[in-house]
Amino acid sequence: MKSFTRFTGIVAPLDAANVDTDAIIPKQFLKRIERTGFGEFLFYEWRYEDGKEKTDFVLNKEPYRHAPILLARKNFGCGSSREHAPWAIAEYGIRVIIAPSFADIFYNNCFKNGVLPVILPEKDLEFLFEKTSKMPGYQLAIDLEKQRIEDTWGYMAEFEVAPYRKNQLLKGLDEIGSTLQAAEKINSFESTHKIFYKLEVSF
Amino acid sequence: MGKTLYEKIWNKHVVHEEGDQPSILYIDLHLIHEVTSPQAFEGLRMNNRKVKRPELTVATMDHSIPTTDRTLPFRDEVAKKQVDALAQNCKDFGIPLFDLHSPNQGIVHVIAPELGITQPGMTIVCGDSHTSTHGAFGALAFGIGTSEVEHVLATQTLKQFKAKTLAININGALPRGTTSKDLILSLIGKYGHDFATGYVVEYRGEAIRNLSMEERMTVCNMSIEMGARAGLIQPDEKTFAYLKGKQAVPQGKEWEEALTEWKQFYTDKDANFDLSVEFDASHVTPQVTWGTNPGQVAGITEAVPLLENLPSDQVKPAKKALQYMGLEPGMPITEIEINKVFIGSCTNSRIEDLRKAAKIVNDYKVADHVEALVVPGSQLVKKQAEAEGIHQIFINAGFQWREAGCSMCLGMNEDLVLPEERCASTSNRNFEGRQGRNARTHLVSPEMAAAAAIAGRFVDVREWPARESKEVIVK
Repeated sequence: MKSFTRFTGIVAPLDAANVDTDAIIPKQFLKRIERTGFGEFLFYEWRYEDGKEKTDFVLNKEPYRHAPILLARKNFGCGSSREHAPWAIAEYGIRVIIAPSFADIFYNNCFKNGVLPVILPEKDLEFLFEKTSKMPGYQLAIDLEKQRIEDTWGYMAEFEVAPYRKNQLLKGLDEIGSTLQAAEKINSFESTHKIFYKLEVSF
Repeated sequence: MGKTLYEKIWNKHVVHEEGDQPSILYIDLHLIHEVTSPQAFEGLRMNNRKVKRPELTVATMDHSIPTTDRTLPFRDEVAKKQVDALAQNCKDFGIPLFDLHSPNQGIVHVIAPELGITQPGMTIVCGDSHTSTHGAFGALAFGIGTSEVEHVLATQTLKQFKAKTLAININGALPRGTTSKDLILSLIGKYGHDFATGYVVEYRGEAIRNLSMEERMTVCNMSIEMGARAGLIQPDEKTFAYLKGKQAVPQGKEWEEALTEWKQFYTDKDANFDLSVEFDASHVTPQVTWGTNPGQVAGITEAVPLLENLPSDQVKPAKKALQYMGLEPGMPITEIEINKVFIGSCTNSRIEDLRKAAKIVNDYKVADHVEALVVPGSQLVKKQAEAEGIHQIFINAGFQWREAGCSMCLGMNEDLVLPEERCASTSNRNFEGRQGRNARTHLVSPEMAAAAAIAGRFVDVREWPARESKEVIVK
């Protein structure tokens, strides 16, 4: 996973609310057993028709094809828990998604895959959507360390992110490795924790 | 001050807490399936890690499998590879698996309760957002991503931030002819598709207490459709009666011990929720979604909304949804014609669902232009239905009677709604493309789906003239 530092990039406006993970990566691509190979299918049904690009979809237009920042409306990433969604987003090259709200599971999945979901108030989103429509190629600079977003025209916003999650992106933490350091605590918890089901299954 | 049910389960499972870091939460049951687990096992292998508690992990095959004859070979090579990978992973890591030929195979959220491994006060996770279903037993159950699946496999814990708590107090009685599916759709319709984001919901009140366990599962199942992290219902005598005698549930002295444990899990009278709302169940009507998220829903006697009557922030999404759905504002719901019917999914594929749908179908025929499927949630449900003769009612009417799986709910297998076909579906999501490319999904209860199959359009089940048949008595 690439660690996260300050960078500047083009902002692609995806003017839709409730963008669900089925739309982000449709089910026909979930049969792969690898973590890779999803980027080309990102937003597949919105990007393609009969194998051809749909010209009206934002990521099919210049200068948005390689935009690392995506702007969207509320409740982004709702629905299925599929981590294939942030895998597809990251592999496509999107590193930041800005929206007024995100669905919980998706939000959580992003930080494990080098994608920063930024929550900004509705009025900021209105402003940014207007900017992108008036200035195609509009860019934002993202500074995760300072939790700040800005453009070169004087717009600046600060955003909240839990210190733990910020660290996940800045340092690319091995979460399992760090939990395993608490193995003794887990073992001791287990020694007194009662579980009341028992499944008899023959192998 | 008292504690909520959520806080009690949380406290019982915290292994470690530290400042602003997420807590380490112990996981009592980890359910896995073929779609969201292969990359997790790959991660374990790459790092030379083992599964910490394989006996607290249970696997089944449900998402991408065919629901046709199980003796025939898989036609989808890629899906076959995924299913084989699950079997190999379970074998390599010693995880119990209910494969395609097991009598216990079925949708993960249907089989865990029927085996009795879903119990009050537990923590349950699965790489599937509808894990919220198990909250019907007073278990804290939620969906996770594949990185977290790997984390649970390796450590039997998860790193979690505590959620906020939301009480939904549902009073009044559900009117005759309405179901728990109509109740949860009405709730999502009233409060919105993302209303409960960041919260764990506890469903409370008279209307919830009156529901059967299977009806409660339908409610909790769709908690995620309003954004909730999880949905909970306080365990009661119905919960305990449901569990008694189930395969994995203890007996004798240990049953008494379990019961004593389970009875601790309730919200104290003086506990505080972060947010509380009231809902009156007595006004619920049969619901039909008209849009592309579950909150875009109307009663059967209503019409597709006029855009000018919607709150301003809902106009644009509604317009987009109606365009996708091929519907006009103001169109009465009863004028919407359908050509597919799907009775199944982790929301509505249990035996009570099938019995209720069969009561409507009894002695009728599926409309000529409609293709209708019944996909039982598990092989046990299928067997039970066949023992009761319910399958024959469906087959006689012209329904296809299938093997257990997720099927047309998400169309990962061959069970698809074709472009611009319109489906009355008992599943949980009506997102664009969910049941197939350009498929048009209307979410309804099993009774409403059954009636729509026969009428070829949506009809009010409250006025349905049910027929008695001499040959088969439906319980």
